[in-house]
Amino acid sequence: MSGRKTFPSGGIELASRKSLSRGSAIRNALIPPIATVPLLQHLGTQALCLVKPGDRVEEGMAIGGASGPISARVHSPIPGVVTEIAEVTLASGQRSLAVRIELDGSFSRFQARGWPSLGPDLPAEEIVALLADGGVVGLGGALLPSHLKLSIPKGEPVDVLVVNAVECEPYLTGDYRLLVEKPRELAEGIRLAARVCRPKEIILALDQSSDHAIEALAAAAAQAGCPISAIGLRSKYPQGDEKQLLKALIGREIPPGETPLAVGAIVVNVATVYALFEAVVLRKPLFERVVTVSGGAVRSPANLKVRFGTPIGSLIEECGGLKTVPKRIVAGGPFIGHTVLDLSTPVTKGVSGVVALTAGEVHEGTRTPCIGCGRCIEVCPMGLNPIRLLKQVEHSLGAEALEAGLLDCKECGCCSYVCPARVPLVEGLRLGKRAARSAEAVR
Amino acid sequence: MSLAGSEPLAISPHLHREITTARIMWGVTACLLPAGLWGVWQFGPRALLVVLVALLAALAGELLVGLLRSRPTVRDGSAFLTGLLVGYLLPPGVPLYVPAAASLFGILVVKGSFGGLGNNWMNPAIAGTVFAFFSWSAARRGWIAPLAWSPPAGASWAEPLAFVKSAALTSGAHGPIELLASAGYPVSRFSQALGGWLHGALGLGIDAHYLDLLFGCVPGSIGEVSPLLLGAGSVYLFRTGIITWHVPASLGGTFLVLVAVFGGLPYGAGFFAGNPVFHLLSGSLALSALYMACDPATSPMTAKGKLIFGAGVGALGALLRLCGSAPDGLPLAIILMNIATPLINGLTGPGRFGGGSGRPRA
Repeated sequence: MSGRKTFPSGGIELASRKSLSRGSAIRNALIPPIATVPLLQHLGTQALCLVKPGDRVEEGMAIGGASGPISARVHSPIPGVVTEIAEVTLASGQRSLAVRIELDGSFSRFQARGWPSLGPDLPAEEIVALLADGGVVGLGGALLPSHLKLSIPKGEPVDVLVVNAVECEPYLTGDYRLLVEKPRELAEGIRLAARVCRPKEIILALDQSSDHAIEALAAAAAQAGCPISAIGLRSKYPQGDEKQLLKALIGREIPPGETPLAVGAIVVNVATVYALFEAVVLRKPLFERVVTVSGGAVRSPANLKVRFGTPIGSLIEECGGLKTVPKRIVAGGPFIGHTVLDLSTPVTKGVSGVVALTAGEVHEGTRTPCIGCGRCIEVCPMGLNPIRLLKQVEHSLGAEALEAGLLDCKECGCCSYVCPARVPLVEGLRLGKRAARSAEAVR
Repeated sequence: MSLAGSEPLAISPHLHREITTARIMWGVTACLLPAGLWGVWQFGPRALLVVLVALLAALAGELLVGLLRSRPTVRDGSAFLTGLLVGYLLPPGVPLYVPAAASLFGILVVKGSFGGLGNNWMNPAIAGTVFAFFSWSAARRGWIAPLAWSPPAGASWAEPLAFVKSAALTSGAHGPIELLASAGYPVSRFSQALGGWLHGALGLGIDAHYLDLLFGCVPGSIGEVSPLLLGAGSVYLFRTGIITWHVPASLGGTFLVLVAVFGGLPYGAGFFAGNPVFHLLSGSLALSALYMACDPATSPMTAKGKLIFGAGVGALGALLRLCGSAPDGLPLAIILMNIATPLINGLTGPGRFGGGSGRPRA
């Protein structure tokens, strides 16, 4: 269908490979006998450890407390006994203290029994407090604590609340399954989010391939008393990034270094809305999420509801194991996710997928000289000249690179994806950004 | 569950488009083959020899550069492509030192000395050929009558562009095709028969010289003569995204418009009396617009830059073809615009995101 909205410049159209797991309904992953729960699962500072070895914990009990202005609580995903507090490496490569819990006890607390009606008048402050209590963070990738995102400074009007269900990364289908399976819960979550940020308008943004999920959700939202308009955007990566998203939906460009609020918008991922619903309505903190397990090397791709602290390897086993040796196993989506070095790496709030890719999917190659074809410029959604920035970084021309917009790069991966010479553009620009930031810190 | 064989650490993104530099080079080479085989068929084993010498010299040069820099690069296909293009740009009857010298100059001086693939600022195949043209007059002669002209009556005819250029002022004809017809320029039996059939069955009066130009039944440089096969080969390049429409469209458009406006002047026919179809089908237009001007290393990087570059090649090409001393002019126009490519790149950077429409002021 033509006339679909999208962002005007850059981006790539690609095989989404979502059909591998799209039809698989969300099912509960096995409860891990031992959960390794990192205390850094969010943007900001690592949570303070609230338990010690030998302590008995309940399912959903806080084991980490917010440690500063930007931090989030962490909860026990299983009932049991704390055996160890140890440092672990996260999928992102960061190091974090983690609480190791051995399963023991019962799961009585959050058994589904319908949800209590909150009525229309729940105060915004209470919703924000429940989000902070529940450790809810942005599940789209940024991991910003949601109580901070939704706390709008006084005098900042919110024109539009965007619920982001675009899920532009290939392979991932967790957001799509939530749309299809949980329309009523999402509608209530959207209503509660809107109570906090009071937008003039609510837009549900999704991919054109998810059009059929709109009707049920729009009906549920209307019934919940908060009408939404749903827009199916053209399938293009990175349409789900908030800059490209707002450009496509309302035609506004977030200036460099600013947040959506600079253009009067709040963007909340659909999985975050679901977590908000659970935290506020069911008083259930965030200790599990939907994870897509997929990739050409996985035997039976699926969407699993996984408790944090579950080792990534056991999810692959649960999906029939590997049918071939993967070239790379990625936590998150293949464009911005991180390769997993160790299959015991725990699932955390930021892990939206576990994707085991074959060599035939990765299409790796060794770096050869740039032939100047310009493909990287053509696909950069930020309007940068990636190869020129890389040369500036490699020749220590940091000031020129900053001038040319180095810090606008969000490492979406489009440039490296299309480069026929396999120049590691994202890797180089990432190093350049790090160098620029540490130079800034010194000054 | 074993992870043996997967890499320890890799930076995102974890997917890549299948296309690589080597695939681009070999893909372009494959698309060029039909036109070259046609040239070899029409002009005989001598043409094959010229192409082979050009290829071998290019590969030898690339090997030498690779040895000097201890970085072998022959398998990326770019030297093969350069050698092939050198062969395609030469008349089939040139002395064999011409293709050898042209390829070696292109690979060693134009490409290798600037740092190899991607760092050359001029198309090595054209630069090598132009070097040979300026060095030896024998490199500008050596036309062989095509096989399609049987019997070999027309052995001494020059290729059409060279022919009309030298005869334009002295003849009374009003355009190139009329000139060819009045001078008795040979026509293949196939095109005569096809022209007759088109006239009889469809009522289309098409001069058989046009058909000969389209199919490549004329004397000419080995790989240039068949615009039909060159165009057919380019379909794959467009479909796979190896080339985009920008350079061919702006080059061809500018060139044809200028030729239509000014092409009649050499015949004393005034403005707007040119014959763009003749110029579209003759000389190296197809090879230049679809292959050589699209060389990624020596053409600009952005769409806007490509449009400017193509228009520049088209304009210079028309000027040189109509007013220059050499018959064609397009290859020379390409390397002249290659010089301007860094400047165009500097002027046509992308527009940064975030400077545009922000929040409307209340």
